[in-house]
Amino acid sequence: MAYVGKYFIFLGAMFSQREKMLVYWKRFLEECVNIGVKSVFIVTIVSTFIGAVSCIQTAYNLVSPLIPVSTVALIVRDMQILELAPTITCIVLAGKVGSHIAGELGTMRITEQIEALEVMGINSASYLVLPKILAAMVTFPMLVILAAFLGIWGGYMAGTITGVISARDYIYGIRDGFLPYNIFFMCVKPFVFGFLIASISSFKGYYTKGGALEVGQSSTQAVTSSCIAVLVADYLLAQLLL
Amino acid sequence: MIEIRNIKKSFNGKVVLSGIDGVFKKGETNLIIGGSGTGKSVLLKCIIGLLTPDSGEVLYNDRNFYQSNKDDRQAIRREMGVLFQGGALFDSQTVAENVRFPLDMLTDMPVSEKTDRVNFCLERVGLEQAANRMPSEISGGMKKRVGIARAIVMNPMYLFCDEPNSGLDPLTAVKIDELIKEITEEYQITTVVITHDMNSVMEIGQNIMFLYQGQKLWEGNEETITQTTVPELQEFLFSNKLLRDIRKTS
Repeated sequence: MAYVGKYFIFLGAMFSQREKMLVYWKRFLEECVNIGVKSVFIVTIVSTFIGAVSCIQTAYNLVSPLIPVSTVALIVRDMQILELAPTITCIVLAGKVGSHIAGELGTMRITEQIEALEVMGINSASYLVLPKILAAMVTFPMLVILAAFLGIWGGYMAGTITGVISARDYIYGIRDGFLPYNIFFMCVKPFVFGFLIASISSFKGYYTKGGALEVGQSSTQAVTSSCIAVLVADYLLAQLLL
Repeated sequence: MIEIRNIKKSFNGKVVLSGIDGVFKKGETNLIIGGSGTGKSVLLKCIIGLLTPDSGEVLYNDRNFYQSNKDDRQAIRREMGVLFQGGALFDSQTVAENVRFPLDMLTDMPVSEKTDRVNFCLERVGLEQAANRMPSEISGGMKKRVGIARAIVMNPMYLFCDEPNSGLDPLTAVKIDELIKEITEEYQITTVVITHDMNSVMEIGQNIMFLYQGQKLWEGNEETITQTTVPELQEFLFSNKLLRDIRKTS
């Protein structure tokens, strides 16, 4: 409980004694590049292949002649939008972004860069962490939208190239029974996950003590804790919003 | 002038500082010396507010740091410049950006004025050529000098240096010591230096405090230190063979 309390005090500390807005704006843009733009490649690769695999595996399991082939595309679409794009992408981002944040802040702590900020009278938590959290909350939904699109496209490519589904059936399937609310649900998830991943990883990195070994341990703990938090939040959001 | 009164600090019941008093004079290099683990860095952190002492007072020109309100404490902090042991330069910024950082964060100076100030500070520490280099591209001695430039960029009234010449070759270490002394005298700063380097003690020790197991055992200057009768200080001073030999011959 003390640990959870420390986490909330840490979050609260970001909002006391803030710096000039221009400073945050610059830091926010830098973090959008570090967290968002630099994750586009891995998100592209992962989501495209997951879409391709989910199409082929769904087609493999749907062998009944009573089920239309276009159902494969419908399942791929809903899997992508409801779960694979938001959750799996954020699990991947927890590994990439979470370890990066914890490593960066941990290194700053052990090399006294955070102390240097504190001595200057700058709220280091606010200056370093708040832009990361905001950037994650803004860029993660964009990355998830990209992942969903690429996942569905990956399914299309794999399905049509291997011949398990025709292009016409696939297009029909992804348009069949589409619920716009699912897109809203898909965008809420990464917004919450972005906050959890960035804040938990920052918390782990910010309070690193020791040397290089402890920075590595903080990064590992950040990824583990973030993944658990994402999965728990995924379940809670599904319960609440569906 | 900085005055510390009865500073006490413990960690998990282990006493690290047991009632340290002292005065650090303006325009002088005030040294806190002692072996490893004697509480020097903890004392420095208590003075600059990175650690809160269990009891005691720190007065900056009679302004009590720990009894000040948040705004006054911030105002005192902005009068400080700190050189950390490893330089504590921001890895993602160039040398010039590192020096400019306090100006960007804490002042509303026009850009041209900031640039002039940064150039002046870099020239002062002899690093005007390295302005656009990254911290990873410069040597340990240069990092310390950039750290000094960043510490003085806001025209501080108080300069704190945590082992400024650790990890440097003897020649560079002497240059760093000389630079600190020059800046202190030129700008009439109250400078506090943590060190266990005997060269620094003899070069710049205008006011020296010796710590041993969390207690202040001796206070004096570079002229009186060699005549000390405190056994712990004698042991610390003459742990070096060269100094032992000089002592024997004199």
